[in-house]
Amino acid sequence: MSSELQYIEIFDEARQMLDRHSAPALNALRDEAFEDFKRLGFPTQKVERYKYTDVPAAFEPNYGLNLNRLNIPVNPYEVFKCDVPNLSTSLYFMVNDQFYDKKLPTVSLPEGVVVDSLRKMAVERPDIVEKYYGKLARTSKDAVTALNTMLCQDGLLVYVPKNVIVERTVQIVNVLRSDVDLMVNRRVLVVLEEGASIRLLFCDHAIDDCKFLTTQVVETYVGENAHLEMYDLEETHTKNTRFSNTYAEQQTYSTSVIDSITLHNGMTRNRIDLSLCGEYAEVTLNGLVVADKEQRVDNNTLIDHRASNCQSNELYKYVLDDKANCAFAGRVLVREGAQKTVSQETNANLLGGTDARIYTQPMLEIYADDVKCSHGSTVGQLGEQAMFYMRQRGIPYEEARMLLKFAFASDVLQTIHMDALRDRLNYLVDKRFRGELSKCEGCKLCK
Amino acid sequence: MQEEKNSFVREVAEKKYEYGFTTDVQTEIIDKGLSEEVVRLISQKKGEPDWLLEFRLKAYNYWLTQEQPSWGHLQMPDIDYQAISYYADPTQKKAEGGPKEIDPELMKTFDKLGIPLEERLALSGTAVDAVMDSVSVKTTFREKLKEKGIIFCSISEAVKEHPELVRQYLGSVVPYRDNYFAALNSAVFSDGSFVYIPKGVRCPMELSTYFRINARGTGQFERTLIVCDDNAYVSYLEGCTAPMRDENQLHAAIVEIVVMENAEVKYSTVQNWYPGDKDGKGGVLNLVTKRGHLRGANSRLSWTQVETGSAITWKYPSCVLSGDNSQAEFYSVAVTNNYQQADTGTKMIHIGKNTKSTIISKGISAGKSQNSYRGLVKVSSKADGARNYSSCDSLLLGSSCGAHTFPYMDVHNDTAIVEHEATTSKISEDQLLYCNQRGIPTEEAVSLIVNGYAKEVINKLPMEFAVEAQKLLGVSLEGTVG
Repeated sequence: MSSELQYIEIFDEARQMLDRHSAPALNALRDEAFEDFKRLGFPTQKVERYKYTDVPAAFEPNYGLNLNRLNIPVNPYEVFKCDVPNLSTSLYFMVNDQFYDKKLPTVSLPEGVVVDSLRKMAVERPDIVEKYYGKLARTSKDAVTALNTMLCQDGLLVYVPKNVIVERTVQIVNVLRSDVDLMVNRRVLVVLEEGASIRLLFCDHAIDDCKFLTTQVVETYVGENAHLEMYDLEETHTKNTRFSNTYAEQQTYSTSVIDSITLHNGMTRNRIDLSLCGEYAEVTLNGLVVADKEQRVDNNTLIDHRASNCQSNELYKYVLDDKANCAFAGRVLVREGAQKTVSQETNANLLGGTDARIYTQPMLEIYADDVKCSHGSTVGQLGEQAMFYMRQRGIPYEEARMLLKFAFASDVLQTIHMDALRDRLNYLVDKRFRGELSKCEGCKLCK
Repeated sequence: MQEEKNSFVREVAEKKYEYGFTTDVQTEIIDKGLSEEVVRLISQKKGEPDWLLEFRLKAYNYWLTQEQPSWGHLQMPDIDYQAISYYADPTQKKAEGGPKEIDPELMKTFDKLGIPLEERLALSGTAVDAVMDSVSVKTTFREKLKEKGIIFCSISEAVKEHPELVRQYLGSVVPYRDNYFAALNSAVFSDGSFVYIPKGVRCPMELSTYFRINARGTGQFERTLIVCDDNAYVSYLEGCTAPMRDENQLHAAIVEIVVMENAEVKYSTVQNWYPGDKDGKGGVLNLVTKRGHLRGANSRLSWTQVETGSAITWKYPSCVLSGDNSQAEFYSVAVTNNYQQADTGTKMIHIGKNTKSTIISKGISAGKSQNSYRGLVKVSSKADGARNYSSCDSLLLGSSCGAHTFPYMDVHNDTAIVEHEATTSKISEDQLLYCNQRGIPTEEAVSLIVNGYAKEVINKLPMEFAVEAQKLLGVSLEGTVG
């Protein structure tokens, strides 16, 4: 229990400080989360879901916590100009775990749509926050979620009212900025009412060369007939540790696309826990991991088919080099009565380095008979024939490898429905394969 | 019409476990319970040397420190290890010191099971080691095999007659610390078969062991050890049945196979332990550790299993591919019906260079059963050029059953190619319609389609077994349509 101790102590000591700098709706869940956390403790690698990630070790080091909400001086526009060009998104920033509300140009969103600080909205719109906050992310099931619920003070609320379609993509740039090693507990709540539609793009960046430990809990509610697209792009650095738990629930006829793309990171664990609760709901889960050096990425997904006639597609691709050590575990659960389910899951991996490791585990758990479910998983190298073909035509070895890797990854990128974003990601992935620091040209580090 | 069809189905379903009878034979059973004394007593009854007793005691002491695992996708009933008798001997001693004689009742039992112990009656080309409860009853064709230098006998005899071989290989593939049930088996194992094929010998006939649990309140803990020396070949079959009883019976066996250079072993199982009645009462708990070690270069091992019986099947016949260019195969059909549960699959551990493995698994679930495939393919960092192909299909017959697939792939080498694919579906209406159109009734059509589905695996079985397996598939699935 040594890793847990510091968190238990800090919670006991700083309870009032936490409350003071947060909102009642967020504070209300802290005690229960604390009890759950104490009871659960960090999962060890003996717990099947956390088999490939050493959680206690990740939480062991001493990180600072900005519980007092001290203002960290930052001007995101200056240090960070990474908005995807030509995308004309509605741009928002989260600095560490705080919603950045200064000097924002007025963004015109359709009436009733909220993209704002969770803490602020918990006071202004308690009707939304109290109804949804912490309902999907159950603290009794997961210690990391419990820890996040215990400590988080702010976050993001995205709310789209009934039948409102947000045309412009909403981009949220998460900036990690600190002068000391820092732990960040971020919270995101996305609520789409009936018939609503929105596209969200999250970009994670770290602009300081400190160690960061991020826990992020995302809850998304997708109402009847609603449509959600959520792209999550991580481009941080090797000292960054990220635990992200996404919980999603979809109602009848809703559709959603969730993409997780990891290009640069230290250690990342992404958990997606998605339930298809209404009939005819559809989900596409995609993931791309490009990892080298000693990057670690562990994607763990669950698609829970609770209603009949739903459809799920899952595609995760990994390109690993050097000593990258990555894992994929995708579980598809078809509950009793969820007839006429169609589910397909694919995981493909390219191993490039002699010390690269991949653990893959596509799982099907099916309790209904009238279903069509399949999964496939492969681990291999670039095709010799394809390489030969290109070499014959005078393409240099390295260039040919790059082209093939890029083609391999593009399967995932093709599924992105935003042209500008897709182009931008193509560019970033291409740069990534060339070994260039794929951060934007504009940011402080790249200058 | 429906009524009529159902009554026929019910009739068939009720009589379906043909091997559920018991044999009234005088059986010497030791008191229930497990303790160091019991381990010593078993060893003493079998007249074992000290080193083996020591092995048993070490295993027993290790077992005491362990807890029963619970990670399987299974609802395990509580097993009271003190309520089981660990040794039951159905053969009787004629007179003090005299040789054991086979009770005619026993002979009849095996005849009834279709396993003739008289050599003249035997299917040509199959030598049988028949094991009832804790003791090997008879091994046929021993002399004939001996001419070629092949050793085929019960493991108790092997301990006495070939102690050097047994001592060298016993526990070398499945050490007693391997898992909970392996430790238990190592402590109390009673009988089983021992096979040694010397260098360069091709075993001229199929070797087979037939296991039967008869006595009440006992468990069966057999141990099979097969050693196939350089350039040798053997095909080995295993069959099992048990009487119908209300309580669960425990079967915790170990099979160890050692394959040397250029050698080949084929191991086929048709497992038909009593599966429990239609309400899930009784049945055998089949918790077995099976593993083959491909030690030599170019060695080959293939596991073929047809699993239709047992209330619970929890086993992963595995291969450790240490020899360069070694090849391993795993073919499995697992059928579960009523309340049966199976969590079975394989482990392929690639260590040598250019090693190849193939996994073909077919699961069929019906009734309220749960059928899981769980498999591991591990490619170590030294296994350059390793290749694996896995395909796991599940067929669902009935809306309350479950089919699950849990493959694990751990790849630590960048020259490895590992592929896995799995599908789960029910028999398509198109297929059924096609058959119906041509005058084939639904029930028959299902059986036809299921047999076609399992054919890839059944084809790998030796002839006699294949016929048996096909029949079993039909019987196990009776009553699942309608």
